[in-house]
Amino acid sequence: MARKLNLRIWRGDAIDGGLKDVQVDVNEGEVVLDVIHRVQATQMGDLAVRWNCKAGKCGSCSMEINGKPRLACMTQVASFGEDETITVTPLRAFPVIKDLVTDVSFNYKKAMEIPAYEPPKELQPGEARMQQVDVERSQEFRKCIECFLCQNTCHVIRDHEENKKSFAGPRFFIRIAELDMHPLDMLKNRKRTAQEEHGLGMCNITKCCTEVCPEHIKITDNAIIPMKERVVDIKYDPARMFAGLLKREKRN
Amino acid sequence: MSGVFSPTRAKIKERTLRTDKWWLEPAITFAVLFSFIIYATFRAFEGANYFTEPLISPFYSPCLSQACVAGSTIFDWTPVSAEIFNFALSPALIILIFPLGFRMTCYYYRKAYYRAFWLSPPACAVAEPHTKYTGETRAPLILQNAHRWFFYAGLVFNVFLTYDAVISFKNPEGQWGHASVGSLVLLVSSTLLWFYSLSCHTCRHTVGGRLKHFSAHPIRYKLWTLVSVLNHKHQQFAWYSLAGVAFADIYVRQVATGAWTNFYFF
Repeated sequence: MARKLNLRIWRGDAIDGGLKDVQVDVNEGEVVLDVIHRVQATQMGDLAVRWNCKAGKCGSCSMEINGKPRLACMTQVASFGEDETITVTPLRAFPVIKDLVTDVSFNYKKAMEIPAYEPPKELQPGEARMQQVDVERSQEFRKCIECFLCQNTCHVIRDHEENKKSFAGPRFFIRIAELDMHPLDMLKNRKRTAQEEHGLGMCNITKCCTEVCPEHIKITDNAIIPMKERVVDIKYDPARMFAGLLKREKRN
Repeated sequence: MSGVFSPTRAKIKERTLRTDKWWLEPAITFAVLFSFIIYATFRAFEGANYFTEPLISPFYSPCLSQACVAGSTIFDWTPVSAEIFNFALSPALIILIFPLGFRMTCYYYRKAYYRAFWLSPPACAVAEPHTKYTGETRAPLILQNAHRWFFYAGLVFNVFLTYDAVISFKNPEGQWGHASVGSLVLLVSSTLLWFYSLSCHTCRHTVGGRLKHFSAHPIRYKLWTLVSVLNHKHQQFAWYSLAGVAFADIYVRQVATGAWTNFYFF
């Protein structure tokens, strides 16, 4: 049974733009991306929206729905009141390209700054073996679909453009944590570079990244805080220094 | 113009377009924590009504000052002078830095007060009012890295407070085998403090989180999984234990002033 939905869509580009009101049919069971597509098909043929899988697995349709960073394909229209106007805007932490599409290349630049996994030299390809308990720990981080909702909601860069050059963001802290917790990763100094080059110390644990993650990755509890504790091990723990364990930490 | 109003971003004049009651959680957090701070400050400076045989307020335990009232010390051990620079020091002021430091540097409370007090940010996707942000990279916030030291101190305090709970199963004449409402209050308070400490992120890191090879350390891995279960509830334990400590202090104060009678079950 179709009903009318009041939708406000941000339209514009990097120069100017604003919220436009439209009324659109919505059917039972539809998600916000469905109605955006209907608007695109019937009223705004040039509306720009990025999407792909419609299954919450590609991370393309990230946008802000009633001010909350969400995936449009995973947000049920029925989760809002029938009389409620749904406001849809592009991600507000990144430069807008057109309408609901933003330039997320910041994230790809940051991805390139994270040193890759470094296997033990003595192992040939195919020889590496890991126990299940060690695999499981980083498996959670591999669920990331790179929707960048965590990056978008993180106030360190959302509210402070100038921090982008020195802050990798939660998505890449889980990458660093995954590698630092990897039993076979041989790269030294991941902890130190996390703090000194990727801006781990900028994070103040307000957990917004965890709140918006569509994959329910415990970004703060399982990646950022453990990394902060590992940094304390090597930088801010005098007892460990006095005990001479610092050297061992560096080797790790 | 910075942040969400930066020139390249979508031109939206509102600081947030959230339509839910995003302000409610930080407002409640602010109200509760602020009330606790006011009450705790009053009690820390009061220097009285913290002991009535066999109950001692958690704000004053361990009582280490020569100003401590008779019976409130542990084995009459009072290493700290009653006055410092001619200033009469409440026994609570000597020790409160440790539990206070533990909570101030706690990863959960950091989230709570950064949001509620410093509005950094007030809620997710709500623009913060500050024009500059350096996080925990500089003084004084770099001191948050001292959390593990307060955690260790907190464990010592938990031992003292558990001891207080145990000796509260005496009657006012010092005979064992009695239980009062006060005994239960101190027991619940100290138990909640143990849960709060053992669910701490630093505890989780210390017991096993810092390892790279779980498989090579099966006992520590098991401990880590147990602490991880508690860690999921760290926020709840933080609030419950705060309420438990506050109520224990209120209860002891009321009994000490004679406003309430400490009812004995047996």
